[in-house]
Amino acid sequence: MRKLLVFLLMVSLAVTAFAGGQQDEGQTAEAAQEEPAEFIIVNGAEPETLDPHLISGVPEHRIYMSIFEGLTSYDPETAEPVPGLAKSWDVSEDGTVYTFHLRETTWSDGVPITAQTVVDSWLRMLAPETAAPYAWFPNMFIEGAAEYNAGDAGADAVGIEAVDDYTFRLELVGPLPYVLGALPHYSFAVVPMHKIEEHGSAWTSPENFVGNGPFTLEEWKPQQEIAVVPNDTYWDSEVVSLDRVVYLPIDDNNTGYNMYLNGEADWMTTVPLDQMDSAKLRDDYHNAPYLGTYYYVVQTEKDPFDDTRVRKALAMSFDRETLVEKITKGGQVPATSMVPDMAGYPGVEGNGKNIERAKELLAEAGYPEGEGFPQFEILYNTNEAHKKVAEYMQEQWAENLGLESELVNQEWSTYLSNRRQGNFQIARAGWIGDYQDPNTFLDMFISGAAMNGGNFSNERYDELIHQAARMPAGEKRFEVLQEAESIFIEQEQGVIPIYHYTTNNMIDLDEWGGWYVNTMDYHPTKNIYKK
Amino acid sequence: MTKYIIRRLIGLIPTLFIVVTISFFLIRIAPGGPFDAERRPPEQVMQNIEAKFNLNAPLHMQYLRYMGDIVRGDLGPSFRYQDHDVNFYIANSLPNSLLLGFIALGLALLVGVNAGVLSALNQNSWIDYVAMAIAIIGITVPLFVIGPVLMYFFALRWDLLPTSGWITGRYGWITILMPAITLSMQPFATIARLSRASMLEMLRSDFIRTAQSKGLRDSVIIRRHVLKGSLLPVVSYVGPAFASIVTGSVVVEQIFRVPGLGRFFVQSALNRDYTLIMGTVIVYSVILVLMNFIVDIIYSFLDPRITYK
Repeated sequence: MRKLLVFLLMVSLAVTAFAGGQQDEGQTAEAAQEEPAEFIIVNGAEPETLDPHLISGVPEHRIYMSIFEGLTSYDPETAEPVPGLAKSWDVSEDGTVYTFHLRETTWSDGVPITAQTVVDSWLRMLAPETAAPYAWFPNMFIEGAAEYNAGDAGADAVGIEAVDDYTFRLELVGPLPYVLGALPHYSFAVVPMHKIEEHGSAWTSPENFVGNGPFTLEEWKPQQEIAVVPNDTYWDSEVVSLDRVVYLPIDDNNTGYNMYLNGEADWMTTVPLDQMDSAKLRDDYHNAPYLGTYYYVVQTEKDPFDDTRVRKALAMSFDRETLVEKITKGGQVPATSMVPDMAGYPGVEGNGKNIERAKELLAEAGYPEGEGFPQFEILYNTNEAHKKVAEYMQEQWAENLGLESELVNQEWSTYLSNRRQGNFQIARAGWIGDYQDPNTFLDMFISGAAMNGGNFSNERYDELIHQAARMPAGEKRFEVLQEAESIFIEQEQGVIPIYHYTTNNMIDLDEWGGWYVNTMDYHPTKNIYKK
Repeated sequence: MTKYIIRRLIGLIPTLFIVVTISFFLIRIAPGGPFDAERRPPEQVMQNIEAKFNLNAPLHMQYLRYMGDIVRGDLGPSFRYQDHDVNFYIANSLPNSLLLGFIALGLALLVGVNAGVLSALNQNSWIDYVAMAIAIIGITVPLFVIGPVLMYFFALRWDLLPTSGWITGRYGWITILMPAITLSMQPFATIARLSRASMLEMLRSDFIRTAQSKGLRDSVIIRRHVLKGSLLPVVSYVGPAFASIVTGSVVVEQIFRVPGLGRFFVQSALNRDYTLIMGTVIVYSVILVLMNFIVDIIYSFLDPRITYK
């Protein structure tokens, strides 16, 4: 019997032996090195690319901010634009021409960055063959960019010019006052053209990489980590204090949260819904308003939702406070307007909870007590949090208006495709602003816009949005945008706002300084330091 | 035998061809495309992107071109992970999935066969009950429960292991423990039950009784006669099990941050990253088909009744 056991053990060991044969290497070298100020970030999905002109996601943006710098960059406290590659700028009287004065600085390999580099980089971004997914963003600003990007005009039509080595001139389609806040965005990135020509798409590999940010790329192990180290040639390198920043790609938020709790990561950029209750009790949990709105799109072309009274009744008949307290739990702000709170913008009141009025409106539309109202579908992309919101809405509309609805969930791509084509009755949607101006929440609902799956269309609204785009910054312009939003939300109820997003970060501010909550959720690693 | 092997290997080609063809068209039928986003780029931007990836060509032309590429061993550029091509991502992640699979399966065999044999030899004793109870847990409790439970106790409560990571990361080889154990639970359970059942059957068979009546010692009977025969079902299970461990490690890879192919498989399907989906499907099909083939070959060595010509 004993011999038998020994034999079996050996058989099984032999099976494992060749798999485990090399066990002793590797371990010692890595574990020993402990850097004094290493900052580890739980960064979300695996970055799709590090080429700034091909980026379109938040995890990539965080890395971008470390290894590149645009003409302007973000103030860590307010996320307002501050001088970056450009040390100063002049604006023409009508607000449409910006002249930037660049710093005399270089790439991390010592090659100078000149105004011509900026021109070449931006033309690469806009070139049709680059196929940049975010090209629509600079297209909104730069004179002639959309035409060049569409292949209708040559590169010389684009309103950018190198006046001399360190003077760069930018011509806008109108006096867009928020352009400075847009320039830190990756779609306005300045890229090392000399490296791109040399290495093609392999230029973002660590061995070829050259950047102009406070840090430079050290390592990129797919699905494992991206590490950046300080860039000695950066103009403001004295400010940079961290010795190494590590970005960990994570598919499972609970794992990320556990890593943070276990001291394996220093900054967790989100909190999983089911951990929210316990996270809220901690000192290192930071909740702040985010420039974003969670809303339901209503298909305004389909019966019975083509009736404004029906849309308003839906918007007035659920309790947003209970929703954010009991369902979403992340300190979200109940929303009756599309545009979140923004400095200087008066905003609109919107149609809040008023069940009596909702019932009247529904009766006027021909459905007293919900009678005769067809059963409808609420579409959302498959996700536990969206499901809970949808269940709450379903229950509220049934209880308050007597309306029957059904929940439909689809995975992301299918959902997007249906939402875009208008194949829904009511669909969940969310939008995070690209810059701090109401326009980023309103221009996507002009007639025929790609985001406008509910097919909202109002001539006066379109007119006002276009008018605001030609106005200089100030009260007058905000009034025009306010009127537009009032038409969109208060009069027409083109969408049903539900709440404004909040950011949920976990970071111990007794250990780390230079990290501030702000409405854009931008936290440049340049300014973070170990206390 | 050699002829048989060559014939079987050639026979794999049409199987793979059919898999690739069906997958190619199935993915294209799925709604949405690789470049969908919350805010879809305007039409002219989409056209630029489609031109870049040859998506504006007629579907059959895309198919022919793709088949031409894979015959040359080129799985093409990833549509979403644009800095590298599919070959790069597979070459980087497949070895990790294979290693994890080997270790998990090795663990399952080591523990599973021992538990099964011990249970059979001590039928209805406490050893038998405990081993089979654990096996039931292994079969019934899903990976996405086992994984986090292990993580909670070993990493958070007792602070014995890091929560997650991989052997090439900062915590080294110990990171493979939890994903390997999690992944081994199900095959362990099956192997334990299989080897127990076939041991029992074998112990009651006529030729064993003959051996006993000849006066052979128990240990010799079990080692020479019982074990060899009763491991046959385990062998036939191990091949497909290995394939399903490697292809089914997605959840474990996500929970424990293993940089394996499974994460790309799921992500690419959700992203509609056509070339990366095709690449992973091809790799997985090859593994599945090869594993079945290898089991057939091993069988011919273990079971004298089976010969291949």
